[in-house]
Amino acid sequence: MNITDISNIISYIVLFFSIYFNVFLLISFFEKKSLIKIEDKIKPKHFRSTTIVVPVFNEEKTVTKSVLSLLDLDYPKNKLKIIIVDDGSTDNTWRIIQKFKKNKQIEVFHKENGGKHTALNFALEKIKTELVGCLDADSFVEKDALKKIVSHFENPKTMAVTPSIKIYKPNNFIRHVQDSEYNYGIFIKKTLDFINGINVTPGPFSIFRKRVFDEIGGFKPAHNTEDMEIAFRMHKFLYRITNSHKAIVYTAGPGTYKALYKQRVRWSHGFFANILDYRFLIFNKKYSGIGMFTLPSSLIAMGSFFVFLILFLIMIGKGIVNKVIEIKTVGFHISWSSFNLDWFYINTDLKLFLGIALIILTIGLIIYGKKISENKSKFSWHFLYFPFVYSIIAVPWLIKAFYTLILSKETKWR
Amino acid sequence: MEIGWKKYIYALVITMVVFLAGVGISRYLNDKKIGELKLSGDKVSLDILSIETQFALLGEYSCEEVVNSDLSAELNNLGKKLSYGEKNSITSDQEFYNLKAYYSLLEIKEYLLIKKLGSKCNTKPVTILYFYSNQCGDCSKEGYVLTYIREKYPQIRVYSFDYDLELSALKTLNSVYSVTAEKLPFIVVNGKSYSGFKSQEEMESFLPKYIRNTATTTTKQ
Repeated sequence: MNITDISNIISYIVLFFSIYFNVFLLISFFEKKSLIKIEDKIKPKHFRSTTIVVPVFNEEKTVTKSVLSLLDLDYPKNKLKIIIVDDGSTDNTWRIIQKFKKNKQIEVFHKENGGKHTALNFALEKIKTELVGCLDADSFVEKDALKKIVSHFENPKTMAVTPSIKIYKPNNFIRHVQDSEYNYGIFIKKTLDFINGINVTPGPFSIFRKRVFDEIGGFKPAHNTEDMEIAFRMHKFLYRITNSHKAIVYTAGPGTYKALYKQRVRWSHGFFANILDYRFLIFNKKYSGIGMFTLPSSLIAMGSFFVFLILFLIMIGKGIVNKVIEIKTVGFHISWSSFNLDWFYINTDLKLFLGIALIILTIGLIIYGKKISENKSKFSWHFLYFPFVYSIIAVPWLIKAFYTLILSKETKWR
Repeated sequence: MEIGWKKYIYALVITMVVFLAGVGISRYLNDKKIGELKLSGDKVSLDILSIETQFALLGEYSCEEVVNSDLSAELNNLGKKLSYGEKNSITSDQEFYNLKAYYSLLEIKEYLLIKKLGSKCNTKPVTILYFYSNQCGDCSKEGYVLTYIREKYPQIRVYSFDYDLELSALKTLNSVYSVTAEKLPFIVVNGKSYSGFKSQEEMESFLPKYIRNTATTTTKQ
């Protein structure tokens, strides 16, 4: 068996798993699709008392918008409190948030810088409400988001609820790529909810029962991804996390590749470091969706990514070596006769058709993500960004994340 | 909440269906490609036979007609497609092996015909026989040189033979020029043998003078 055979077999296996992953999600989704319509109509019977924590660190430009969106929530004012915790900002953030002091709903605190999880824990000690949530200061919520989420707590088993996150008015290429990725994410989150496999309670507007923290403790440093660690820990204690697809939170999203790269190195590294910490969940039937599906498929995805990458590099390397040999023997010349329009030279390899199937599946899921969150499902060319662009620009941060993981380094927030 | 085992199975079945559909489409198109190769081989074989017959009937009186026929183009085309097919493994090894043997046979037949035409009609054809194998290190380099030569001098006829093919006609050709595995890459230019890697300059020096003046302009730097 030569290298081509080996790389073919590996490619087939990887493509098989990728298609399986998407098909599995699709089946899970359609199995419970009726629940979506029911959920869309449900209204909360009780407006449970809620506190939203806004941890801020040097966010003078965006904090006002975030807090104003909270004040604008369609929710009884006496049931909603807001705590802004300035985690030792070095810019004007502290001065800017002073204007909120007059508002009876809002409390403002300042503390020494200690990282996001310390700001959250600082606030948790002061909270007496039944529910508690967090809103990152680069995000803002839609008017009905909290109402939608709170209706989930009618089920006494629900311990935390995650929202649908979207990019706010994507205005450049990098944000459009993220927009298509987030739409895919909306579908994935909803489906993971159906199989109890949600792996993160994201910083923008995940809402918890306050007793979760009293019972299993507050936030941990968790490789700078405290929102993933708490979700893993909740699964460990068999606490149910659900998703409210109609509760929409907008986030700006990094506007440059460099900023996106930093964010994603932190996320990817945090995700895999947390999986390592919670590896006992994997293939443990007790932990249903997270143990039997989300984590194993994430690991398979990560593994196949690196195998693919190595094969790809070998292929490129061989191509370069051949080209160098050619140039060394006959010099550099462009040969037009090698371009041929005969259909015979069109690739008819199995990998190509499997790849097409996978891309069609992925785009289908993105369209569904858009449909369940906005009731719109028009095809947009931007959807193609996720399979075609995201998969390429993700390569550097996955490599970096893996590199920091094996050297057990820690990532930076910014 | 448990995930039912059924769901894993359903997903598996659907994935298998998608996979098999992919295999089916890919198979179907590759079979069409093979069909095309076979058809092209048959066409070349028919052309050769037809010219041979014409020649037998009319002798040198048919020179003009015969010389002007574009015999090599189809064969070249077939050769290119075969090497693409080999690189992309569009079919099983045995089927491919047979196609290659067929192609080699057609090459030998055409070579003999061209030689005969040359002496009877005084056309002075330039032929290069090139023996290679997939194991020989310098052969890929020699391949680049020959591709280059073929592009620069389109009227030269290059016939390449895979030394490892188990074909009795090819074995005979090997023994005629006493080609052995150690001598690869092995080249025969108008009947004169050269063994080992020959650079593009060396190769050009083997060509008769009149042909060197006909070089097409290539964008060499």
